[in-house]
Amino acid sequence: MDEIERPAPPVAPADSGARDWGKALGHAAPEPAPEPEAGFMGSALYEKGKTVHNKRIDGPFRRFKWLVMLVTLGIYYVTPWIRWDRGPYAPDQAVLIDLANRRFYMFDIEIWPHEFYFVAGMLIMAGIGLFLVTSAVGRAWCGYACPQTVWTDLFQHVDRFFDGDRNARIRLDKAPWTASKIARRSAKWAVYLAIAFWTGGAWIMYFADAPTLTRDFWTGNAAPVAYATVAILTGTTFWLGGFMREQVCIYMCPWPRIQTAMLDEKSLIVTYKDWRGEQRGSLKKAAKNPDAYGDCIDCNMCVAVCPTGVDIREGQQIGCITCGLCIDACDKVMAEVGRPRGLIDYATLDQCKAEAAGAPPTPAWKALLRPRTLIYFTVWAGLGAGLLFALGTRTHTDLTVSPDRNPPFMLLKDGSVRNAYTLRLRNMEARPRAMEIALEGLPQGAVMWTESVSMENAARVQVVTVPANATEVLRVYVLLPDGVTANAFAFRLTSLDEQREQDVTETTFAMPGNP
Amino acid sequence: MANKRIDEPTGTETVGHEWDGIEELNTPLPRWWLYTFYATILFAAVYVVLYPAWPMVESATRGTLGWSSRGDLANEMTAADMARQSVVERIAATDIEKLPADPELMQAAIAGGAAAFKVNCVQCHGAGAAGSPGYPNLNDDDWIWGGTLTDIEYTMTHGIRWEGAEATRANYMPAFQGMFEPAQVDALAGHVLSLSGKGRSSAAGAQLFADNCAACHGTGGEGASAMGAPALGDAIWLFGDTEAAVKAQILAPRHGVMPAWQGRLDPVTIKMLAAYVHSRGGGQQPAPAPAADPASDVAAAAKANTGG
Repeated sequence: MDEIERPAPPVAPADSGARDWGKALGHAAPEPAPEPEAGFMGSALYEKGKTVHNKRIDGPFRRFKWLVMLVTLGIYYVTPWIRWDRGPYAPDQAVLIDLANRRFYMFDIEIWPHEFYFVAGMLIMAGIGLFLVTSAVGRAWCGYACPQTVWTDLFQHVDRFFDGDRNARIRLDKAPWTASKIARRSAKWAVYLAIAFWTGGAWIMYFADAPTLTRDFWTGNAAPVAYATVAILTGTTFWLGGFMREQVCIYMCPWPRIQTAMLDEKSLIVTYKDWRGEQRGSLKKAAKNPDAYGDCIDCNMCVAVCPTGVDIREGQQIGCITCGLCIDACDKVMAEVGRPRGLIDYATLDQCKAEAAGAPPTPAWKALLRPRTLIYFTVWAGLGAGLLFALGTRTHTDLTVSPDRNPPFMLLKDGSVRNAYTLRLRNMEARPRAMEIALEGLPQGAVMWTESVSMENAARVQVVTVPANATEVLRVYVLLPDGVTANAFAFRLTSLDEQREQDVTETTFAMPGNP
Repeated sequence: MANKRIDEPTGTETVGHEWDGIEELNTPLPRWWLYTFYATILFAAVYVVLYPAWPMVESATRGTLGWSSRGDLANEMTAADMARQSVVERIAATDIEKLPADPELMQAAIAGGAAAFKVNCVQCHGAGAAGSPGYPNLNDDDWIWGGTLTDIEYTMTHGIRWEGAEATRANYMPAFQGMFEPAQVDALAGHVLSLSGKGRSSAAGAQLFADNCAACHGTGGEGASAMGAPALGDAIWLFGDTEAAVKAQILAPRHGVMPAWQGRLDPVTIKMLAAYVHSRGGGQQPAPAPAADPASDVAAAAKANTGG
């Protein structure tokens, strides 16, 4: 039993009998006693921050958290350094948000500004994905994958490395500022700062060629915005991860509030099964009077391991990020005292109710399959499929045409009429491509030429080479001989490679008498 | 007088005054706020010394730094001029006919010319350089005084019929008022219009044209840009292509005037303007030998390329 420490037991809830599950969900049942200290000064609105010294614990959920931390931090720090060969005309960084050239590279996908709906679509998918995850497994995002959670977890491990586990940290916190404490704190905060700096430094690598930027950064040649970004992100990581921690979740983040509206009786949450645990009592008390006490031995392990410092036995609350560490702790204790696991467990409130009424425990995964989850999944998957379809069928050429408006047309000496157009030929391939522009729907005799192709070489079809990954702006003259009329016609763009991509853009030919 | 006491419910001291039983708690400003306020006062005192601040009758105090927003603007303009300096020098050093050989420099010249055109030329030639009756269209392929870069630059530099410019382009068409009978004018106008397929020619008209007009305008009305004689056989008419307009021009010709820009604009700006006007779609290449009628060139090119 040396594992189990017993800090001062918290005040037991007054109503230790059957709990009001509605209250646990936030649908507050009317409480008869108003809080007396909530005076007109609003003093109850402010609470001084308490440092959470969470105890080390091992178990399936802790290991899962390790795994998620490894994967997410790995993705974050390593991704910008992955190289991806795109040929000589495009950057070789796998993931690059090239704001200066307005290109977004992600492995084989290249997004141009006009295709920003892909990014918007992915953001909408991320939003609906959060809804889906919340309806299926509750606040799993908060508990495992949220950057605030991951970095807080990382910093708490740094605490543990420098200052020892929970009790040692509490002691050190209270200790006077001796030389050794100052040294320890300085070392710890230096590591905080190093992590924070590394975090801020990794961020900017997504926006420029990482090796070049790293060299420029250390030689003082990087853009001022790079240094500012690193400074800001270093500061926020240091402060939010090192000091604010769970207060971000409890006071600053809107997501827990939104989730309050999304959780219902069928949502998977971390719950304390009070019908099984209450009345709490130590092993000694329970041994004397076994019938009066439940399974909870009131060891407070669930509170000690909690990274946000909440007591899960008080029911579902905004501070609970559902990381499952209290489940690990309680299962361990239950195993040691020889009682069945799962006093604190992932379960829905409906399942708890049924269990309390004597039904056999339902497997947690059954909570996944319900209309709400399926509808979210359908919407989410539909969006994803739509985006993939759009991505697969998009062409890498595009033609836009804007006719000159002043003057709209030009009468030439021989009575022919000339119109001028500004053509934008877009080549989204990372290689220069020859493209053919053809006049469609203009009568015989109509010809065109460009600024680079002189009037002597005017023809119905012109071939231009569009540079790699670029939009070529071309001024084109179209000439209609005397005596012929035309109005609507089109430019047809064809890429002269095996893809033979085409784009047809309609426009009008202005001449005297045309509307 | 002051009757300070601790207010019991709040634990805060009162300011010590009382009005009809109403007292005020002494809750002073937060220190940080107060010091920020003092800092702003200090800032203002320093600012007043360093920068223009106090309005006076005529102007304002100048400040010891001598800063002014006009000075800022002048600095920025100088910086912009300096940034353009190398391009301007290159344009100045390049012969205007060699300009198109350097596409980058030509683009710079066209861009500079477009800006200067908006300031100096749009008043007569229009924002799209399309002109209006009496003011030539600069987009088309009809050039009274020649459409090569050199010709355009010369026209801009010295102007047309511009008094005070020695080398200005000038010609005057005689007024035939009083010399021709009305019937003769009708016949001549008919013949002139027939050169471009519009009017009805007659033997009398043709004879009158050959006798009085062909010397400048050419026997077929092809014009002569060397002396600024407009071509009469094409589709472009500076003063209108109606019979009335042609007759008015025969009897009492109007003569357009363009200012000489030499002295008003620097040579580089004129060069850039010429490049811009030349790029509007009708610019001509310098002919190595006396060229054939450019009008038929277009048609020939059109035919050749459509296989028609």
